Amino acid sequence: MAQNDAAPPPSSAADPAGSAAIEVARLTKVYKTTRAVDDISFQIARGSITGLLGGNGAGKTTTIAMIMGLVLPTSGRVQVLGHAMPDGAADVLGRMNFESPYVDMPMRLTVRQNLTIFGRLYAVQHLRERIAQLAADLDLDEFLDRPNGKLSAGQKTRVALAKALINQPELLLLDEPTASLDPDTADWVRAHLETYSKTHAATILLASHNMFEVERLCDRIIIMKRGRIEDDDSPDRIMARYNRATLEEVFLDVARGRVNETAP
Amino acid sequence: MSELMMHRGIALHRIGAMILRYWYLLMSSWPRLLELLYWPALQVITWGFLQIYIAQNAGFFARAGGTLIGAVILWDILFRGQLGFSISFLEEMWARNLGNLMMSPLKPIEFLLALMVMSLIRLAIGVVPMTGLALFLFHFNFYGLGLPLIAFFCNLIFTSWSVGIFVSGLVLRNGLGAESIVWTLMFALMPLACIYYPVSVLPRWLQYVAWSLPPTYVFEGMRSLLIDGVFRGDLMLAALAINAVLLVASFAAFLALLRSARLHGSLLGGGE
Repeated sequence: MAQNDAAPPPSSAADPAGSAAIEVARLTKVYKTTRAVDDISFQIARGSITGLLGGNGAGKTTTIAMIMGLVLPTSGRVQVLGHAMPDGAADVLGRMNFESPYVDMPMRLTVRQNLTIFGRLYAVQHLRERIAQLAADLDLDEFLDRPNGKLSAGQKTRVALAKALINQPELLLLDEPTASLDPDTADWVRAHLETYSKTHAATILLASHNMFEVERLCDRIIIMKRGRIEDDDSPDRIMARYNRATLEEVFLDVARGRVNETAP
Repeated sequence: MSELMMHRGIALHRIGAMILRYWYLLMSSWPRLLELLYWPALQVITWGFLQIYIAQNAGFFARAGGTLIGAVILWDILFRGQLGFSISFLEEMWARNLGNLMMSPLKPIEFLLALMVMSLIRLAIGVVPMTGLALFLFHFNFYGLGLPLIAFFCNLIFTSWSVGIFVSGLVLRNGLGAESIVWTLMFALMPLACIYYPVSVLPRWLQYVAWSLPPTYVFEGMRSLLIDGVFRGDLMLAALAINAVLLVASFAAFLALLRSARLHGSLLGGGE
């Protein structure tokens, strides 16, 4: 499959100089009596790929939703591409995109119709050519005129990825991007994300349960547990700190409370 | 403050994109198209025959030709206008597409404007054949109402949008569990809007409530036109003024409900 997605990213001239792609400060979200996210802070550098790790209910999805502005924090603040969210959403939403298992594309519309609508929403120039390019890059040509509801899980994921890349985002937020995919398709999606990040200097924040995926893609990992950040470092350093050979083992240590760090 | 900050400015290309989205959907689904035609046709046929029966047996209605069938068509404009708005909104909930839209540069005001245009398109598909049926079967020329029809139509469609905006906000906040409100709320207005009878029929205290609803002015205006041959511009202006207040209030309510949905995390699920 072609990986010919090399157009330059949109200008970020309106940003305050040198700002991180994402800045999260003392972010907390309380639903009634549940603290879904509990006073977390981190910054994500531009052009990096960061993994948000944690078990079910760790607060990953809520954190990403607050970064996107879909959920309002109870306290704390979020800045995306130099703009405070959600007030500055109008300035940044056109420059970012996302993919999540919590949303679908309209099932009755064909892949081409869906991409046309989202392309127009994102004011994509030369939309027909852009869709053709995405179809070639993501191998969609065969089912471009088929309704989204008639596609397999793997094909749907590729379409969702095409929608997430339609505006060549500077910031891509991904929630479980390879969930329910077979190993071959999952590997292919990871390769495409890797290439996209490199060719576009794009920032990617992804939440995942797949340790292999995180290990392969991410420069940095933020491990969450019960709404708090348990650890935050590069995959190698985290594995060394926990004396483990794989992130999977680290994940199990953290999830089961068997923390055995050799360094502070 | 934050909700308003997010919604400044309007882009026609985004409104156009949303209209295209619903157009694609409508054209891809014959049951959806059929539903638009089916109920209005059924309504006009049922009430049309009833009108013939009454006209043959009651002197007053014989003079007031068209009041029943005219009321049916105007009621359908009000009801189908709201339904056309709300169903397009519900399509996003059913498709689990709302998150994609909320995360896109589409602003709520643009979304609502697209839904308004779609309600007009859906209305045209349903009501235009309905008026043809009324002419063919019952010799009632709806367009014979002349220019006042524009005033009637505008007031009814503005009310239907106000209700549609408010109901969409409720569904946004409460998920699809609140879907039934879409189908039922307008019926709560039915007895108070005095569609088939004059306001004077209501108890005095209830008349105050009736006069707070713009459709009441429209149906009174229609009876005045068909029975007395008088167009009541004063009624239409009063309805327009109330509609302006309702539209602003419904938009404010929508923004408040959207904010509440963001606070409670409802936009993530959107289910029951």
